[in-house]
Amino acid sequence: MHSFGFRANAVLTFGITILAFICAMASVSDNFNSPRPSAEIQILNINWFQKQHGNDEASLTMNITADLQSLFTWNTKQVFVFIAAEYETPKNALNQVSLWDAIIPAKEHAKFWVQTANKYRFVDQGNNLRGKHFNLTLHWHVMPKTGKMFANKLVIPGYRLPEEYR
Amino acid sequence: MDWQGQKVAEQLMQLLLLASAVMAFVTGYIMGSFQTMILIYAGGVVLTALIVVPNWPCFNRHPLRWLDPLEAEKHPKPPPPPPVASKKSKAKK
Repeated sequence: MHSFGFRANAVLTFGITILAFICAMASVSDNFNSPRPSAEIQILNINWFQKQHGNDEASLTMNITADLQSLFTWNTKQVFVFIAAEYETPKNALNQVSLWDAIIPAKEHAKFWVQTANKYRFVDQGNNLRGKHFNLTLHWHVMPKTGKMFANKLVIPGYRLPEEYR
Repeated sequence: MDWQGQKVAEQLMQLLLLASAVMAFVTGYIMGSFQTMILIYAGGVVLTALIVVPNWPCFNRHPLRWLDPLEAEKHPKPPPPPPVASKKSKAKK
């Protein structure tokens, strides 16, 4: 029974079992990383703010500064980030509208500065946006090479839309 | 490969694979490079396969010693049975 093929099979199966184990260990090692990301979002301008087909819609220009380098470990493939406007209306306790997103492919690109208009439309379900206080929340999903995906967010409060359409 | 060789080959395989896995993980973690880990481990698996899979002469240093064929000579093999007619099974069908 101890033939060439038998030994080749044994090396391969045991080798792959150990490979799975070290990949699992790499995923476990991600837990020792305690990231301290920082972000700052400035609303430079409300470009326009109107009621269209019964729903309020706004267009903003934002200045996004972020340092997400501490999210990267040796087991990180990429990081997906998006900014959501979050606010409360009488109908829904939490409304989340995605305004901008990006994929950060490497640690070298994780410290960045962008000035951009909202990439996705900021539309409310209804017309509750006039004078509305809202948060801009930076969400991120850390996508590892192997193992568990991590997600977290940074809430930046204190933004307000104008009282009148413009 | 003889019995002793099989035992040595099996233990050598486990030891080499585990050692290369530990080395790969530690190096990869310290260097912060997942790719380095995979490359070192792949090298370890190839090396292990080269050492353990072929039937190297060093695994054949303990050949089995069979007893002399005394008994077989005392009881010679019976002559082969006479040939049987093989038409029967066909005819039945």
